[in-house]
Amino acid sequence: MKIIVNIGSYFLMLQKVFEKFTKWSVLKSLIFKDIEVLIIGSIGIVSIISFFVGGVVAIQTALNLTNPLIPRNLIGYATRQSIILEFAPTFMSIIMAGKVGSYITSSIGTMRVTEQIDALEVMGINTYNYLIFPKIIALLLYPFIITFSMFLGIFGGYVASVYGGLCSSAVFIEGLQIDFIPFHIQYAFIKTILFSFLLATIPSFHGYYLKGGALQVGKASTTSFVWTSVVIILVNFLITQLILA
Amino acid sequence: MIVVKNIYKSFDETTILNGVSAFFEKGKTNLIIGQSGSGKTVLLKCLLGLHTPETGKIFFGDNSLTDMKEKERRVLRQKMGIVFQGSALFDSMNVEENIMFPMRMFTNKNNDEILDRVNEVINRVNLTNSNSKMPSELSGGMQKRVAIARAIVMNPNFLFCDEPNSGLDPKTSILIDNLIQEITKEYNITTVVNTHDMNSVMEIGENIIFLQNGEKEWEGSNKDIFKTDNKPFIDFVYSSEILKKARKALKKS
Repeated sequence: MKIIVNIGSYFLMLQKVFEKFTKWSVLKSLIFKDIEVLIIGSIGIVSIISFFVGGVVAIQTALNLTNPLIPRNLIGYATRQSIILEFAPTFMSIIMAGKVGSYITSSIGTMRVTEQIDALEVMGINTYNYLIFPKIIALLLYPFIITFSMFLGIFGGYVASVYGGLCSSAVFIEGLQIDFIPFHIQYAFIKTILFSFLLATIPSFHGYYLKGGALQVGKASTTSFVWTSVVIILVNFLITQLILA
Repeated sequence: MIVVKNIYKSFDETTILNGVSAFFEKGKTNLIIGQSGSGKTVLLKCLLGLHTPETGKIFFGDNSLTDMKEKERRVLRQKMGIVFQGSALFDSMNVEENIMFPMRMFTNKNNDEILDRVNEVINRVNLTNSNSKMPSELSGGMQKRVAIARAIVMNPNFLFCDEPNSGLDPKTSILIDNLIQEITKEYNITTVVNTHDMNSVMEIGENIIFLQNGEKEWEGSNKDIFKTDNKPFIDFVYSSEILKKARKALKKS
């Protein structure tokens, strides 16, 4: 029953986000601030994870190529497919649900428990729009992060393969180019845009409707991470079913 | 002025406000007092429109808050200033930005005009040279001053203070109380202060409403406190044995 109430509240919240807009000059500065924190601030962790996971995918693929009839360029092919189709858009989004989602929940939640949201409301501000809309707009740049993740993931696979002696540079690049379907990139970005909206709104919901004190802020961050991840996985399945099946 | 007419408010099965009526006068510091859980914060939040009472009316001048649409409420709220219990300063903004925030949101004044007004209220609350400090760098008393400055920067018609001296030492509490009273007179506004601090009651209580179990139990001014025989109110005011003895001694003399 509670879950139905929460889903209803979530959609009502979304409706309120797009009502009575905050003054543009104020909103603009909030959007730039959120871009700095949510997007630019995530580049470091995304780079490290993508590079090394790309490397691991390449190494594990190479280790499983025991049959001499299977060409070594499969390493490049498998790395590309894993990174573009799933790792960068989906699993990076789950990682971001931990990083960005927790930040959003705890920052809005702290504003709730310290009555900062009440103070904004008393001033006559639409707090939904003021707090959540800039995050939705900032996360529209999220596909940029995912592009970066795709590039670094594949580059990590290349470095691991070539410098690890798994295959030559030419073979890896040949593998990258085999059976390349450009639509897969579109599919990845359609997912990414949907996930960016979920990453901005689900954690905001958990922060905004938080009740209690500091302990509840911590609990809400965890709950928000769990729910954002679950919804991303479910949406990922639905989108894949709709687009690729 | 604010008129509260017979309001009821409950959460789940628990009644918090049970038919409370009150009159908060313009140019006076109106106090809502009572023990923790007596309903004073809920009453204040009803006045702010953060809670909606189930029945009853709240009038701001001639306008009924309870009958207003959300859009009209937002316009009214721009005429309100509020000092929250924990100050509720925006962590990411310094003192100057916190105070100028309502002006940036709701006026079309240029930056110089906004800064002039901000500096004026900063001086008014005796916070000179603190413009660039962050809320975390300020003491509790200074945070309260910033909150007061932010509340008055837009020249409000109504000022609400929720336990403005909680967590402050007695001396700073009195300074904050006096500042609130001075501002009330200076700006000729309707001020409502929610407190359970007896020093505040004695110091600035021009119109006091005492709540108990969600009902208005007593009403009067700080001068009436010594004359009343209302038992629940006396038990609240003279809560300690020393104060009870002092009252007896005062009565005898």
